[in-house]
Amino acid sequence: MDLRFRGAQPSQEERAAVDDLLGPPATAWEGGARTELDLRMAARAEEARDLLLPALHAVNDRIGWISEGALEYICRRLTIPPAEAYGVATFYSLFSLEPRPQRVLHVCTDLACQARGAQVVRDRVEERFGPPGKDWHESPCLGMCERAPAALALEAGQPHRAEVYAPATPETITTITGAAPRANGHAPSLEVAGETPVKEAVPQAGEPGLVLLRRIGVVDPASLDDYRAAGGYTALRRAFELGPAGVIREVLESGLVGRGGAAFPTGRKWEAAARQPDHPHYLVCNADESEPGTFKDRVVMEGDPYALVEAMTIAAYATGCAKGYLYIRGEYPRATARLQHAIATARSRGLLGDDILGKGLSFDIELRRGAGAYICGEETAIFNSIEGQRGEPRSKPPFPVEKGLFGKPTVVNNVETLVNVLPILERGAQAYAAAEPKLFCVSGAVERPGVYELTFGTTLRELLDMTGTTGTTRAVLLGGAAGAFVTELDIPLTFEGTRNAGATLGSGVVLVIDDTVDLRRLLLRIAEFFRDESCGQCVPCRVGTVRQEEALHRLSRRVDDSDLVLLREVGQTMRDASICGLGQTAWNAVESAIDRLGVFNR
Amino acid sequence: MSYDRLTHPLVRENGVLRKASWEEALERAAEGFRRNIERHGPDSFAMLSCARSTNEMNYIGQKFTRVVIGTNNVDSCNRTCHAPSVAGLSAVFGSGGGTSSYQEVEDTDVIVMWGSAARNAHPIFFQHVLKGIRKGARMFAVDPRRTGTAQWADLWLGLNVGTDIPLAHAVAREIIHAGLHNEAFIERATVGFEEFRQCVEPWTLTAAEQVTGVPAEAIRELAHAYARADRAQLCWTLGITEHHNATDNVRALINLALLTGHVGRYGSGLSPLRGQNNVQGGGDMGAIPNRLPGFQDLLDPQIRERFESVWGRPIQPSYGRNLTQMLEGMAEGEVTACYMIGENPVQSEADSLACIKRLSMLDHLVVQDIFLTKTAQMADVVLPASAAWCEADGTFTNSERRVQRVRKALEPPGEARDDIWIMCEIARRMGHDWHYDGAEEVWNELRALSPQHRGMTYERLAELQGIQWPCPSEDSLEPPYLHGRLWESDPAKRGTPAPFAVLRHSPPVDLLDEEYPLRLTTGRRLDSYNTGVQSSGFASPLRRGETIEMCPEDAEKLGVVAGEEVRISSRRGTVTAPVYIDPGLRPGLVFMTFHFPDEVDTNALTIEATCPIAGTAEFKAAAVRVEKLVKAG
Amino acid sequence: MIPLQPPRRLIDVQIDGEAVRVPEGSTILDACQAAGKDVPTLCYGDTLTPKNACRVCVVEVEGARTLAPACSRKAEAGMKVGTDTERARQSRKVVLELLGSSTDLSTTPRAAEWTAEYGADPERFGDDAATVAQPAKVDNDLYVRDYAKCILCYKCVDACGEQWQNTFAIAVAGRGFDATISTEFDAPLTDSACVYCGNCVEVCPTGALSFKTEFDMRAEGTWDESKQTETTTICSYCGVGCNLTLHVQDNKIVKVTSPHDNPVTKGNLCVKGRFGYGYV
Repeated sequence: MDLRFRGAQPSQEERAAVDDLLGPPATAWEGGARTELDLRMAARAEEARDLLLPALHAVNDRIGWISEGALEYICRRLTIPPAEAYGVATFYSLFSLEPRPQRVLHVCTDLACQARGAQVVRDRVEERFGPPGKDWHESPCLGMCERAPAALALEAGQPHRAEVYAPATPETITTITGAAPRANGHAPSLEVAGETPVKEAVPQAGEPGLVLLRRIGVVDPASLDDYRAAGGYTALRRAFELGPAGVIREVLESGLVGRGGAAFPTGRKWEAAARQPDHPHYLVCNADESEPGTFKDRVVMEGDPYALVEAMTIAAYATGCAKGYLYIRGEYPRATARLQHAIATARSRGLLGDDILGKGLSFDIELRRGAGAYICGEETAIFNSIEGQRGEPRSKPPFPVEKGLFGKPTVVNNVETLVNVLPILERGAQAYAAAEPKLFCVSGAVERPGVYELTFGTTLRELLDMTGTTGTTRAVLLGGAAGAFVTELDIPLTFEGTRNAGATLGSGVVLVIDDTVDLRRLLLRIAEFFRDESCGQCVPCRVGTVRQEEALHRLSRRVDDSDLVLLREVGQTMRDASICGLGQTAWNAVESAIDRLGVFNR
Repeated sequence: MSYDRLTHPLVRENGVLRKASWEEALERAAEGFRRNIERHGPDSFAMLSCARSTNEMNYIGQKFTRVVIGTNNVDSCNRTCHAPSVAGLSAVFGSGGGTSSYQEVEDTDVIVMWGSAARNAHPIFFQHVLKGIRKGARMFAVDPRRTGTAQWADLWLGLNVGTDIPLAHAVAREIIHAGLHNEAFIERATVGFEEFRQCVEPWTLTAAEQVTGVPAEAIRELAHAYARADRAQLCWTLGITEHHNATDNVRALINLALLTGHVGRYGSGLSPLRGQNNVQGGGDMGAIPNRLPGFQDLLDPQIRERFESVWGRPIQPSYGRNLTQMLEGMAEGEVTACYMIGENPVQSEADSLACIKRLSMLDHLVVQDIFLTKTAQMADVVLPASAAWCEADGTFTNSERRVQRVRKALEPPGEARDDIWIMCEIARRMGHDWHYDGAEEVWNELRALSPQHRGMTYERLAELQGIQWPCPSEDSLEPPYLHGRLWESDPAKRGTPAPFAVLRHSPPVDLLDEEYPLRLTTGRRLDSYNTGVQSSGFASPLRRGETIEMCPEDAEKLGVVAGEEVRISSRRGTVTAPVYIDPGLRPGLVFMTFHFPDEVDTNALTIEATCPIAGTAEFKAAAVRVEKLVKAG
Repeated sequence: MIPLQPPRRLIDVQIDGEAVRVPEGSTILDACQAAGKDVPTLCYGDTLTPKNACRVCVVEVEGARTLAPACSRKAEAGMKVGTDTERARQSRKVVLELLGSSTDLSTTPRAAEWTAEYGADPERFGDDAATVAQPAKVDNDLYVRDYAKCILCYKCVDACGEQWQNTFAIAVAGRGFDATISTEFDAPLTDSACVYCGNCVEVCPTGALSFKTEFDMRAEGTWDESKQTETTTICSYCGVGCNLTLHVQDNKIVKVTSPHDNPVTKGNLCVKGRFGYGYV
C-alpha cells in the first residue's frame, strides 16, 4: 500500500509500547532502520490489520492516550492508512487521541448504579475533580451492579493498573487521592486494587446443587490443579470419547440456546459451522458483556476461568476450529488478568496448543480486549472489532456460520452459553435438560444483589424472595436497557414465559426498581445510553436515538401527546429498519415504561 | 504558470509574430511549403503530427504529408516515449499494439509492472491492477525507485537504472534452469530459442545481482512466480522505453512472455502503457514514417497500390524520416520546412538546447497548436487549433487498442479552428481540393482502407463504448487479446512464429564518474503532465513545482535539507531546483520530472543518446552532480 | 478462451403481488427495478457494494421480523416483497424525517419529492433538534466538503478506499450521531493522503461533496443545470483512454464526471482527468 504519512514521530516510550507488542520492525518500510537490502527489494508486509486494536491498547495503556506520532508508528508497523486507524481509534471510548492524565476515573451512572444513588457520587466527583472529560468520565455500566454504585480508575503505565471503588460513596470518593493505586504484585496481576472476593457476588456460593456456579468461591481461580480436582477437564475427556459429531448431537439434544439474548439453539449453530467446507473455522467467545445491569459473565470468568477455557476447547473440537478469540470488554481488568493467566497455564500444561491431551486436537485461544463500545458485543460487530475495523455490525445474511471472522465460518457464543456445555457433557444431555440452569444478574432495590443460578421455570417472584427486596418494588427491568419493565411478578423466568409477558430474558438482567427511583430520569439514562452507544452506521438508530432522547427530555418537562406519537413512530422505525439489535431494541424499555408504568400519564 | 489559448493566427514579420487573418496565415503556410518543395524536393518537408489529436486528424495529417507533399516524413512524439514498444512488438508479432485488455489485468494471476509507475502515471489503469490484486493476483514491481506502484507490490525489485536486460536475462535463465519454460509453446510458436538460451546462460542469479543490484532471491522469486502462473501480465512504461537501447529492452521482456507462453491467451499478455491520449492511434493512422493507416507496411506494393488508387497519387516506396532523423536532417540542411501540429519538441526533447538550434535552421516552420508554446514562438506561421478532445469530433485509441469516440462539447475560443479544416485549407491552396463533411467522413475513408478498423462504425463505437482493434467486421467482435493464433494447432493458422531476440547488455551511455556521481532518472507526477502546458491550467493542491528528489542519506552527505535550492549539473547543462527527500530512493539515485520546463529545464540535463531502432532518447539515465549553493553574503 | 460468465439461474419473486423473474444473485432492488417499482435510494451506488446504511429503501419481506434493505438483500426464490406497504412507507417517512431534520438535503436530488410523497415532516422534531450543521470545509481549489449535507452513507469512504481508489484519505471517525467523515486527526485535505481524483464527489448522493466550480456557482446563484449540456468524450492526458462527461454551461466546463458503466473507468478518474480541463 502506498500510505501517506504526515510525519509525526512517536516518542521512545510510544515506540517501545508498540514494539513490546509486535516485536522490532522487520524492515525500514515498517519503521526500522534503512538497510542496503531494504533499498533493493521489499516484500509486501504480512496482513496484520487485526493487531490494530491491541496496538492501540498498548499505547493507551502505557501512555494514557494515543498521539499522532504513536498512531503513525502503529500504521507504519501494520500497513494501515492513518485515516482508517484514526477512524478505529475514535470509535472506542476508552481511547483518547488527546493528551489526558495518566489516571482516569470512570464513574458508572448507568441503571443499576443510578438505582443505588450514583447521582450523588457523580456530583461529588464533579465537585472534587471538575467537569467530566479529562480526569474522569461518566461511564456506561461497569458490570459491578451487585456493588452499585461503582467507579473504576484506570491508570496508564508499565504495568498499567486499575482500581475499583465499589460501592463508591461520596465518602470513598473523598478519599481518592488521585495518586497511583498501590502496586499489587508483578504483572500480570490477578488481583485488582479495591476488588472484593468473587464469591461476594454470588450469594449462593458454596451451596450444593449449583451447576454453573459450583466452583465459584470454592476453588482458587488461579489454580489449574484446583480446577481439575473440582471436576475440571472431565467434559473435554468426554468430548473426545464422543467425537465432534457426538458432541454436537449432545448439545443439540440438550436444547441449549444462546444466553447472549437472541436464544438461538447452540447445537444448530455448531452443526452449521462444522459443516462449512470453507476453512479455517474460527471460534469467538463473546465476553464483551456490556448490557447495563449484566455481570454474570464477569463473575464466571473471575471465579472459574478454566471452565471457559475448557468449554471453548470443546466448542472448537466440535466445530473444527483451530483458533479461538476470547473478546472481553475493556472494563474488566480482573477477569482479563485471570483469563490471561488461565490461558497461559493451560497452554503450558498442554491443554491448549498442539495435540491437546494427546488427542491430536490443535487449538489455541487469543484474548482480545474491547475498548469501550457496547456495540462490539453484537455478534458481527465483534468480528469487525477483532479484525481491526470499526466495530460496526455487518448485514446479515450472510450469517457468521457462513462468513464470519476474516470472512470464514465462525461460531460465536457468549460466555454463559459456552460454560453450559460442560455440564451437558458431564451429565449427559437429558440429565442436563431436566434441570437446565440459568444465571440471573440481580441488582437494584434488593437485599442480596448478585449472580443467581436458577433452573428454568422459576418465577420472578421466587427469585425476588431469594434476594429479598428493599423499599416498595415498583417494577422490574428484565433484560437490561434493551429489555422491558414488568410489574407482574409471577411470570416464569423462561424465554417463552418472558416473551408471553411482553418482555425478554435477554442477558438475565433483573433490576428491581423501588418507588424512590425517578423513572423519568431512568428512562433518560436508557436513552442516553443508546445514543452514546449507537455506532452511527444506519440512519434510524444514529438519528432515532437522538430524537428519542430529545423527546424524553421534553416529556420530562411537560407531557405532550405529539411527543408520545413521535416517540412511537421513531421507536417503531428503529425497530423495523435498523441494521442490528441495538437500534431494534432501543425503544423497548421506553415503550414498556410508557405503556405499563404510565410514566408520562397526566 | 498557466498558458493562454491561441485565439487568432500569427505570422512572422520582421522577426516578430503578429496577428494575421486566416487567409493570410494559410497562404503564408502553403507558400512556404510550396517554396521548399520546389527548391529542395518533397523530402525537405517534415510533419510532426499530434499524438494528442484525433485519429481522424492524424489520418489527414499523414495523408497531407504523403499526398499533398509527397513524402513519408511524418512522425509524432510517439518517438519520445513508446516507439520502442511498437518496434519491438511488431518485430516479434507483426503488430505494434499491446496484446491485452485492461479487464484481463483484473483476471490474471501474476502482474509484473516493469519500469512503470502506473499508480501515478496511469492511475485508472492502476485501478484495474488493484482490482486484480484484490482478487488475489500477485504483483511484482521492477523499478529503481520504490514508487507508489512498488509499494503495492508483493515484491519490489530495485534494480540499477539501465540494467533491465541483465535482469530479464537472469529471470529467463532461472526459468530455463528450473525447467519452468513452456516447451510446447516454444517448440510450436517461436523460433530462435536455442540461441536465446545460450545468450542468457551467463546471467546467473549471482551475476545478475552484481550488475542489477537486485538480490538473487528476489530475481528467483519473480522468475518462478511469472513462469508458474497460469496467467500473467507483463506491463511496462517509460522505464523500459526511454533508454538508448530501448527496443532491446522491450525485446528482453517479450522474450520472457515467449519463454513461458504468457501471450496470446486471455489473461496473459504484454501491455505497454501509453503516455499520451492518442499515441496508439497516431501510429495506427499511419502518422509514422514506415506505416500506412491500419499499421500496414509501406514497403508492401499491394498495400501501397490500394492507397494510391483511393488517394490518386503515388506513394514513395521508402520509409521516411523519424523524429530523430528529422532533427538531424534539420541540422544538416536536408529538412528545411516543417509542419508541426500540437508538438512542443523544444521542451519535450532531450538536450533541449540542441533542439532549439536545429529548429532555428529551418526555412519554414508552421506550428499548429492551442498554445503559443516555446516551439510556436519560433514559428513563421502559427495556426490556432481547437482542442481535439473537447472541441472536435473524432476518435482516440487507447493503450488497450480501444477506439473510442471523442465528441465536441465546446466551441473553440476566438478564431481557433478545427485541425482538419486547417489542413484541408492548406491542401486546397496547394492544389488538393479536399472536402470532408465532418470527422465521420474521414473515419469512413480510413475504415475502407484499414481492415483492422473496418467494423468500427461511429454508431457501433457509441453503442459498445469503444471497440478494440482488430475489428474487421461490422457484425462481430474479436477476442480482447491479440495473437491467439500462436496457440493454434494447425501450423497454417499459427502463422509466422515469434522470434526470440538475442540481446546484449548495454549500460547507460552517460557514465557515472567522480565528477558526475549521481544517476538522474526522470518521470511523471500524478497531477502534472509532460511539459506542463495542459496541467498548469488547474490549481492542483498536490503541485509543489520542480524539485530534485533524493534519499535522506544523500541529502545528509551533501549537507542539504528539504526545500533547499541546489545546483544540478550534467555534462550538458546546469539547473537549480529545491531538494525533496524521498525515502523511496537509494544513495546515488536522484529523480526529477520535466513538468515545469519554464522554471527548471530538466531536459537541459538529459542526454540525447537515442535508440538506433526506434529513436527514443535516454531520458531515464543521466549522470549528474548535485551541489549545495553557497549563499551570497 | 475468454472466460464466460457462468449462466445464472433465474428465480421467481413477487413484488407487490406481481411475479418477476430475475437472475439468481440479484438484489430485491434489482427485482423492484425489473418490476418497474420506484424504490427510493440514497446510500446505494451503482459502482459500489451496498452499505445499506440510509435505510430509505426498506421493503417488507413476508415472514421477516424486520424490514429489509432492498439495495443489499438478495432476492430469494418465492420471496414475497411489499415495496409500498403501510409499514415500509411509515419507515421511509420517518427515515426521511430523521435525515431531513438533521441534515441539509437542499441539494439532494429527489429529496423534496420523496419528502412530499411520503408525507414526511422533518420540522416535527422542533427547533432544538440536533443537526450536523457546520461550516463547509473549503481547504483547496478543487472540491469542497460541506458536511452539513452529509448523511454518512459511506460512499465516499468506499470510493476512496479499497473498492476503487485505494488511497484511504478519509474514513468514518467517531461514533453515533457524532460520527463524521474525516482525515486522520481531521487534518485539512491539503495535508492528507488525498490525491484529488474526485471519485468521492462522483458518488456523493447529497452534494455534501461538490466541485469548487459548482460550489462557487451555487453561491453566486449562477449554477443552472437546465442550461447545461453533457457530452462524453475522452481524456486528453495519458493513454489509458478514460471517458469524461463534460458538463458545459455557457461554453464553459463546469463539472467533469465519468460514465459508471464504462469499461475503462467504471466511473472513476484521476486528478488530471477530473480537474485538468482549465487550459481549454
